[in-house]
Amino acid sequence: MYFVVAGAGEVGFHLSQALLESGHEVTIIEADRRRANFVQERLGSIVMNAPADEGRAQMEAGCSRADALIAVTGDDAKNLVICQLAKIRCRTPRVIARVNNPKNEIVFKTLGIDETISSTRVLMNVIEQELPSGGFMPLMSLAGSANELIEAEIAIGTPPAGKSVGSLRLPSGALVGGIIRKGKLMHADDDTKLEVGDRVMVFSPTASESEVRKALMG
Amino acid sequence: MNVIIVGCGRVGGFLAGLLDSEGHRVSVVDIASTSPARAERAWFQHLPTSFKGETILGDGTDLEVLRQAGIERADALLALTEGDNRNLMAAQIAQKIFGVKQVIAKVNDPVRAQTYREMGINTFSRTTILGTLLHAMLQEDREVGEVLMRKALAHEADMVNEPLKAPVKAR
Repeated sequence: MYFVVAGAGEVGFHLSQALLESGHEVTIIEADRRRANFVQERLGSIVMNAPADEGRAQMEAGCSRADALIAVTGDDAKNLVICQLAKIRCRTPRVIARVNNPKNEIVFKTLGIDETISSTRVLMNVIEQELPSGGFMPLMSLAGSANELIEAEIAIGTPPAGKSVGSLRLPSGALVGGIIRKGKLMHADDDTKLEVGDRVMVFSPTASESEVRKALMG
Repeated sequence: MNVIIVGCGRVGGFLAGLLDSEGHRVSVVDIASTSPARAERAWFQHLPTSFKGETILGDGTDLEVLRQAGIERADALLALTEGDNRNLMAAQIAQKIFGVKQVIAKVNDPVRAQTYREMGINTFSRTTILGTLLHAMLQEDREVGEVLMRKALAHEADMVNEPLKAPVKAR
Protein backbone atom coordinates (compact mmCIF):
# COMPACT_ATOMS: atom_id res chain seq x y z
CA MET A 1 0.00 0.00 0.00
CA TYR A 2 1.03 3.61 -0.45
CA PHE A 3 1.11 5.86 2.62
CA VAL A 4 1.76 9.56 2.94
CA VAL A 5 3.02 10.49 6.39
CA ALA A 6 2.73 14.17 7.33
CA GLY A 7 5.29 15.19 9.93
CA ALA A 8 8.67 13.56 10.55
CA GLY A 9 8.98 13.96 14.29
CA GLU A 10 9.65 10.93 16.48
CA VAL A 11 6.23 9.46 15.72
CA GLY A 12 6.38 10.11 11.97
CA PHE A 13 9.93 8.83 11.68
CA HIS A 14 9.39 5.54 13.48
CA LEU A 15 5.99 4.98 11.93
CA SER A 16 7.46 5.43 8.44
CA GLN A 17 10.31 3.10 9.27
CA ALA A 18 7.86 0.43 10.43
CA LEU A 19 5.71 0.85 7.32
CA LEU A 20 8.76 0.54 5.06
CA GLU A 21 9.92 -2.57 6.89
CA SER A 22 6.55 -4.21 6.29
CA GLY A 23 7.00 -3.59 2.57
CA HIS A 24 4.82 -0.51 2.05
CA GLU A 25 5.60 2.51 -0.07
CA VAL A 26 5.94 5.71 1.96
CA THR A 27 6.37 9.42 1.33
CA ILE A 28 7.06 11.68 4.30
CA ILE A 29 6.27 15.40 4.20
CA GLU A 30 8.28 17.50 6.64
CA ALA A 31 8.43 21.30 6.73
CA ASP A 32 11.68 21.63 8.67
CA ARG A 33 14.64 21.27 6.30
CA ARG A 34 17.11 19.97 8.87
CA ARG A 35 14.70 17.38 10.18
CA ALA A 36 13.84 16.37 6.61
CA ASN A 37 17.55 15.86 5.83
CA PHE A 38 18.05 13.89 9.04
CA VAL A 39 15.26 11.48 8.17
CA GLN A 40 16.30 11.27 4.53
CA GLU A 41 19.79 10.14 5.58
CA ARG A 42 18.26 7.28 7.55
CA LEU A 43 15.29 6.18 5.48
CA GLY A 44 16.34 7.08 1.94
CA SER A 45 14.98 9.59 -0.52
CA ILE A 46 11.34 9.34 0.47
CA VAL A 47 11.20 12.69 2.26
CA MET A 48 9.63 15.80 0.81
CA ASN A 49 10.71 19.08 2.38
CA ALA A 50 7.45 21.07 2.28
CA PRO A 51 4.60 22.18 4.54
CA ALA A 52 2.09 19.31 4.63
CA ASP A 53 -0.81 21.67 5.30
CA GLU A 54 -0.53 23.18 1.84
CA GLY A 55 -2.56 21.67 -0.97
CA ARG A 56 0.27 21.80 -3.45
CA ALA A 57 2.65 19.76 -1.29
CA GLN A 58 -0.03 17.10 -0.86
CA MET A 59 -0.58 16.89 -4.61
CA GLU A 60 3.15 16.55 -5.20
CA ALA A 61 3.40 13.84 -2.57
CA GLY A 62 0.78 11.89 -4.52
CA CYS A 63 -2.03 12.03 -1.98
CA SER A 64 -4.52 11.41 -4.77
CA ARG A 65 -3.12 7.93 -5.39
CA ALA A 66 -2.27 7.19 -1.76
CA ASP A 67 -4.22 4.51 0.10
CA ALA A 68 -3.96 6.53 3.29
CA LEU A 69 -2.59 9.75 4.73
CA ILE A 70 -1.48 9.85 8.35
CA ALA A 71 -1.00 13.27 9.98
CA VAL A 72 1.28 12.98 13.00
CA THR A 73 2.63 16.47 13.71
CA GLY A 74 2.58 17.80 17.26
CA ASP A 75 -0.06 20.40 16.36
CA ASP A 76 -3.70 19.29 16.47
CA ALA A 77 -5.07 22.13 14.34
CA LYS A 78 -2.47 21.35 11.69
CA ASN A 79 -3.28 17.63 11.73
CA LEU A 80 -6.96 18.44 11.33
CA VAL A 81 -6.40 20.70 8.33
CA ILE A 82 -3.90 18.28 6.71
CA CYS A 83 -6.49 15.49 6.90
CA GLN A 84 -9.39 17.63 5.70
CA LEU A 85 -7.39 18.98 2.75
CA ALA A 86 -6.28 15.50 1.70
CA LYS A 87 -9.83 14.20 1.99
CA ILE A 88 -11.40 17.06 0.02
CA ARG A 89 -8.78 18.11 -2.50
CA CYS A 90 -6.98 14.82 -3.15
CA ARG A 91 -9.82 12.44 -2.29
CA THR A 92 -7.44 10.31 -0.26
CA PRO A 93 -9.67 7.37 0.75
CA ARG A 94 -8.40 7.07 4.31
CA VAL A 95 -7.07 9.82 6.55
CA ILE A 96 -5.83 9.31 10.09
CA ALA A 97 -5.01 12.11 12.51
CA ARG A 98 -2.83 12.07 15.59
CA VAL A 99 -4.59 13.92 18.38
CA ASN A 100 -2.28 15.37 21.00
CA ASN A 101 -4.99 16.76 23.27
CA PRO A 102 -7.40 13.86 23.98
CA LYS A 103 -10.26 16.36 24.23
CA ASN A 104 -9.92 16.93 20.49
CA GLU A 105 -10.86 13.34 19.54
CA ILE A 106 -14.54 14.16 19.65
CA VAL A 107 -13.98 17.51 17.91
CA PHE A 108 -12.18 15.79 15.02
CA LYS A 109 -15.00 13.26 14.68
CA THR A 110 -17.60 16.00 14.50
CA LEU A 111 -15.52 17.74 11.83
CA GLY A 112 -15.40 14.63 9.63
CA ILE A 113 -12.12 12.99 10.66
CA ASP A 114 -13.24 9.61 12.00
CA GLU A 115 -9.92 7.97 12.60
CA THR A 116 -7.84 9.50 15.34
CA ILE A 117 -5.01 8.23 17.49
CA SER A 118 -4.37 9.86 20.81
CA SER A 119 -1.01 8.90 22.25
CA THR A 120 -2.13 10.21 25.62
CA ARG A 121 -5.14 7.93 25.58
CA VAL A 122 -3.13 4.92 24.41
CA LEU A 123 -0.64 5.51 27.22
CA MET A 124 -3.42 5.98 29.75
CA ASN A 125 -4.99 2.71 28.67
CA VAL A 126 -1.68 0.87 28.97
CA ILE A 127 -1.09 2.33 32.42
CA GLU A 128 -4.61 1.53 33.57
CA GLN A 129 -4.20 -2.03 32.36
CA GLU A 130 -1.01 -2.36 34.37
CA LEU A 131 -2.60 -1.00 37.53
CA PRO A 132 -4.06 -3.62 39.89
CA SER A 133 -7.26 -1.59 40.36
CA GLY A 134 -8.64 -3.24 37.23
CA GLY A 135 -12.11 -1.98 36.63
CA PHE A 136 -13.29 -0.41 33.46
CA MET A 137 -10.97 0.21 30.49
CA PRO A 138 -11.71 1.26 26.95
CA LEU A 139 -8.94 -0.74 25.20
CA MET A 140 -9.03 0.61 21.67
CA SER A 141 -11.22 2.31 19.12
CA LEU A 142 -12.10 0.19 16.12
CA ALA A 143 -10.78 1.58 12.84
CA GLY A 144 -13.28 3.01 10.41
CA SER A 145 -16.24 3.00 12.76
CA ALA A 146 -17.37 4.89 15.84
CA ASN A 147 -17.02 1.78 17.99
CA GLU A 148 -14.59 0.63 20.60
CA LEU A 149 -13.51 -2.40 22.58
CA ILE A 150 -13.94 -2.18 26.37
CA GLU A 151 -12.68 -4.48 29.08
CA ALA A 152 -14.44 -4.49 32.42
CA GLU A 153 -13.72 -6.54 35.50
CA ILE A 154 -16.72 -7.74 37.48
CA ALA A 155 -16.30 -6.65 41.09
CA ILE A 156 -17.95 -7.91 44.30
CA GLY A 157 -21.29 -6.32 45.03
CA THR A 158 -21.88 -4.89 41.57
CA PRO A 159 -25.16 -5.61 39.76
CA PRO A 160 -23.76 -8.06 37.15
CA ALA A 161 -22.00 -10.36 39.67
CA GLY A 162 -23.79 -13.72 39.57
CA LYS A 163 -26.19 -12.59 36.85
CA SER A 164 -26.33 -13.84 33.26
CA VAL A 165 -24.92 -11.96 30.29
CA GLY A 166 -28.42 -11.68 28.86
CA SER A 167 -29.63 -9.72 31.86
CA LEU A 168 -26.98 -7.00 31.53
CA ARG A 169 -28.53 -3.63 30.82
CA LEU A 170 -26.22 -2.80 27.94
CA PRO A 171 -27.09 0.06 25.58
CA SER A 172 -28.30 -0.86 22.11
CA GLY A 173 -25.47 -1.64 19.73
CA ALA A 174 -23.22 -2.98 22.49
CA LEU A 175 -22.39 -6.68 22.61
CA VAL A 176 -20.33 -8.99 24.77
CA GLY A 177 -17.54 -10.56 22.70
CA GLY A 178 -16.16 -12.91 25.29
CA ILE A 179 -15.01 -13.35 28.86
CA ILE A 180 -11.59 -13.91 30.32
CA ARG A 181 -12.05 -16.15 33.37
CA LYS A 182 -8.99 -17.18 35.40
CA GLY A 183 -6.74 -16.26 32.48
CA LYS A 184 -8.71 -18.26 29.91
CA LEU A 185 -10.72 -16.75 27.09
CA MET A 186 -14.21 -18.19 26.92
CA HIS A 187 -17.27 -17.79 24.77
CA ALA A 188 -20.19 -15.89 26.24
CA ASP A 189 -23.86 -16.21 25.35
CA ASP A 190 -26.96 -14.80 27.01
CA ASP A 191 -27.08 -17.66 29.55
CA THR A 192 -23.46 -17.40 30.68
CA LYS A 193 -23.36 -16.48 34.38
CA LEU A 194 -20.87 -13.75 35.28
CA GLU A 195 -18.54 -14.41 38.20
CA VAL A 196 -16.59 -11.96 40.33
CA GLY A 197 -13.17 -11.47 38.71
CA ASP A 198 -14.42 -12.14 35.18
CA ARG A 199 -13.02 -9.73 32.62
CA VAL A 200 -15.79 -9.01 30.15
CA MET A 201 -14.88 -7.84 26.65
CA VAL A 202 -17.55 -5.55 25.22
CA PHE A 203 -17.81 -4.06 21.76
CA SER A 204 -19.74 -0.83 21.95
CA PRO A 205 -20.45 2.42 20.14
CA THR A 206 -17.93 4.92 21.54
CA ALA A 207 -20.77 7.30 22.37
CA SER A 208 -22.38 4.74 24.68
CA GLU A 209 -19.27 4.16 26.80
CA SER A 210 -20.79 5.65 29.95
CA GLU A 211 -23.87 3.44 29.69
CA VAL A 212 -21.69 0.35 29.33
CA ARG A 213 -19.77 1.46 32.40
CA LYS A 214 -23.03 1.81 34.32
CA ALA A 215 -24.25 -1.63 33.24
CA LEU A 216 -21.05 -3.40 34.25
CA MET A 217 -19.74 -1.40 37.17
CA GLY A 218 -22.99 -0.31 38.78
CA MET B 1 -24.75 41.45 18.18
CA ASN B 2 -22.67 39.07 20.33
CA VAL B 3 -19.28 38.66 18.70
CA ILE B 4 -16.28 36.51 19.63
CA ILE B 5 -12.89 37.40 18.25
CA VAL B 6 -10.19 34.73 18.50
CA GLY B 7 -6.71 36.19 18.16
CA CYS B 8 -6.03 39.67 19.42
CA GLY B 9 -3.23 40.92 17.22
CA ARG B 10 -3.39 44.22 15.44
CA VAL B 11 -6.35 43.28 13.26
CA GLY B 12 -8.27 41.53 16.05
CA GLY B 13 -7.70 44.39 18.47
CA PHE B 14 -8.69 46.97 15.88
CA LEU B 15 -11.90 45.19 14.94
CA ALA B 16 -12.80 44.47 18.58
CA GLY B 17 -12.48 48.18 19.36
CA LEU B 18 -14.56 49.14 16.35
CA LEU B 19 -17.43 46.74 17.14
CA ASP B 20 -17.31 47.62 20.84
CA SER B 21 -17.62 51.33 20.08
CA GLU B 22 -20.67 50.57 17.96
CA GLY B 23 -22.33 48.95 20.97
CA HIS B 24 -21.87 45.26 20.15
CA ARG B 25 -21.01 42.77 22.87
CA VAL B 26 -17.49 41.59 22.11
CA SER B 27 -15.42 38.82 23.75
CA VAL B 28 -11.78 38.55 22.77
CA VAL B 29 -9.84 35.29 23.16
CA ASP B 30 -6.08 35.18 22.93
CA ILE B 31 -3.70 32.38 23.75
CA ALA B 32 -1.38 32.57 26.72
CA SER B 33 1.80 32.66 24.72
CA THR B 34 4.81 30.87 26.09
CA SER B 35 7.26 32.80 23.95
CA PRO B 36 9.28 35.12 26.20
CA ALA B 37 9.24 37.85 23.57
CA ARG B 38 5.47 38.11 23.88
CA ALA B 39 5.16 37.35 27.57
CA GLU B 40 7.09 40.53 28.27
CA ARG B 41 4.33 42.59 26.74
CA ALA B 42 0.84 42.95 28.09
CA TRP B 43 -1.85 40.59 26.81
CA PHE B 44 -4.43 42.32 24.68
CA GLN B 45 -2.19 45.32 24.17
CA HIS B 46 -3.83 46.02 20.84
CA LEU B 47 -7.24 46.69 22.37
CA PRO B 48 -8.15 50.37 22.74
CA THR B 49 -8.36 51.69 26.32
CA SER B 50 -12.06 52.33 25.84
CA PHE B 51 -12.78 48.61 25.22
CA LYS B 52 -15.64 47.45 27.46
CA GLY B 53 -15.92 43.85 26.30
CA GLU B 54 -14.50 40.68 27.82
CA THR B 55 -10.98 39.37 27.47
CA ILE B 56 -10.29 35.67 27.90
CA LEU B 57 -6.81 34.20 28.08
CA GLY B 58 -6.86 30.75 26.49
CA ASP B 59 -6.77 28.57 23.40
CA GLY B 60 -9.49 29.53 20.92
CA THR B 61 -9.77 25.92 19.69
CA ASP B 62 -10.64 24.67 23.18
CA LEU B 63 -14.38 24.07 23.68
CA GLU B 64 -14.25 25.16 27.32
CA VAL B 65 -12.49 28.41 26.53
CA LEU B 66 -15.01 29.15 23.78
CA ARG B 67 -17.90 28.42 26.15
CA GLN B 68 -16.34 30.81 28.63
CA ALA B 69 -16.28 33.43 25.88
CA GLY B 70 -20.03 32.91 25.49
CA ILE B 71 -20.05 30.97 22.22
CA GLU B 72 -23.42 29.42 23.06
CA ARG B 73 -25.11 32.79 22.55
CA ALA B 74 -22.71 34.25 19.98
CA ASP B 75 -24.02 35.57 16.67
CA ALA B 76 -20.61 35.66 15.04
CA LEU B 77 -17.08 34.36 15.51
CA LEU B 78 -14.01 35.74 13.78
CA ALA B 79 -10.81 33.68 13.87
CA LEU B 80 -7.91 36.06 13.35
CA THR B 81 -4.84 34.42 14.89
CA GLU B 82 -1.55 34.16 13.04
CA GLY B 83 -2.15 30.47 12.34
CA ASP B 84 -4.30 29.50 9.34
CA ASN B 85 -4.95 26.05 10.80
CA ARG B 86 -5.93 27.31 14.21
CA ASN B 87 -8.31 29.78 12.58
CA LEU B 88 -9.89 27.04 10.47
CA MET B 89 -10.29 24.77 13.48
CA ALA B 90 -11.85 27.50 15.65
CA ALA B 91 -14.20 28.52 12.83
CA GLN B 92 -15.34 24.95 12.21
CA ILE B 93 -15.91 24.33 15.93
CA ALA B 94 -18.03 27.48 16.06
CA GLN B 95 -20.07 26.54 13.02
CA LYS B 96 -20.40 22.76 13.28
CA ILE B 97 -20.44 22.23 17.04
CA PHE B 98 -22.01 25.41 18.40
CA GLY B 99 -24.06 26.42 15.35
CA VAL B 100 -22.78 30.01 15.25
CA LYS B 101 -24.43 31.66 12.24
CA GLN B 102 -21.68 33.92 10.98
CA VAL B 103 -18.16 32.57 11.03
CA ILE B 104 -15.14 34.12 9.36
CA ALA B 105 -11.59 32.77 9.37
CA LYS B 106 -8.46 34.56 8.31
CA VAL B 107 -6.54 32.15 6.10
CA ASN B 108 -3.48 33.55 4.40
CA ASP B 109 -2.88 30.56 2.14
CA PRO B 110 -5.21 31.15 -0.85
CA VAL B 111 -5.54 27.41 -1.56
CA ARG B 112 -6.75 26.64 1.93
CA ALA B 113 -8.96 29.75 1.88
CA GLN B 114 -10.71 28.56 -1.28
CA THR B 115 -11.06 24.93 -0.17
CA TYR B 116 -12.77 25.82 3.09
CA ARG B 117 -14.96 28.46 1.46
CA GLU B 118 -16.29 25.69 -0.74
CA MET B 119 -17.00 23.74 2.46
CA GLY B 120 -19.12 26.60 3.75
CA ILE B 121 -16.60 28.30 6.05
CA ASN B 122 -16.32 31.97 5.27
CA THR B 123 -12.64 32.67 4.74
CA PHE B 124 -10.55 35.55 3.56
CA SER B 125 -6.92 35.61 2.63
CA ARG B 126 -4.89 38.68 3.49
CA THR B 127 -2.64 37.78 0.60
CA THR B 128 -5.34 38.11 -2.06
CA ILE B 129 -7.36 40.90 -0.42
CA LEU B 130 -4.39 43.15 0.18
CA GLY B 131 -2.85 42.28 -3.16
CA THR B 132 -6.09 43.01 -5.02
CA LEU B 133 -6.59 46.26 -3.17
CA LEU B 134 -3.09 47.47 -3.94
CA HIS B 135 -3.53 46.47 -7.54
CA ALA B 136 -6.83 48.37 -7.74
CA MET B 137 -5.26 51.44 -6.16
CA LEU B 138 -2.38 51.37 -8.60
CA GLN B 139 -4.28 51.03 -11.78
CA GLU B 140 -7.53 50.60 -13.55
CA ASP B 141 -9.89 50.58 -10.57
CA ARG B 142 -9.03 53.63 -8.47
CA GLU B 143 -12.53 53.88 -7.01
CA VAL B 144 -12.48 50.57 -5.14
CA GLY B 145 -9.25 51.49 -3.47
CA GLU B 146 -10.30 55.04 -2.67
CA VAL B 147 -13.53 54.14 -0.85
CA LEU B 148 -11.75 51.60 1.29
CA MET B 149 -8.79 53.84 1.99
CA ARG B 150 -11.08 56.71 3.00
CA LYS B 151 -12.82 54.50 5.58
CA ALA B 152 -9.57 53.04 6.80
CA LEU B 153 -7.95 56.46 7.21
CA ALA B 154 -10.96 57.68 9.21
CA HIS B 155 -10.63 54.73 11.61
CA GLU B 156 -6.93 55.37 11.81
CA ALA B 157 -7.54 58.98 12.84
CA ASP B 158 -9.87 57.78 15.62
CA MET B 159 -7.20 55.43 16.88
CA VAL B 160 -4.53 58.11 16.90
CA ASN B 161 -6.77 60.48 18.84
CA GLU B 162 -7.63 57.95 21.47
CA PRO B 163 -6.14 58.56 24.95
CA LEU B 164 -2.92 56.70 25.64
CA LYS B 165 -2.77 53.69 27.90
CA ALA B 166 -0.56 53.78 30.97
CA PRO B 167 2.80 52.52 29.74
CA VAL B 168 3.61 48.90 30.54
CA LYS B 169 6.52 48.75 32.95
CA ALA B 170 9.59 47.00 31.67
CA ARG B 171 10.90 44.30 33.99
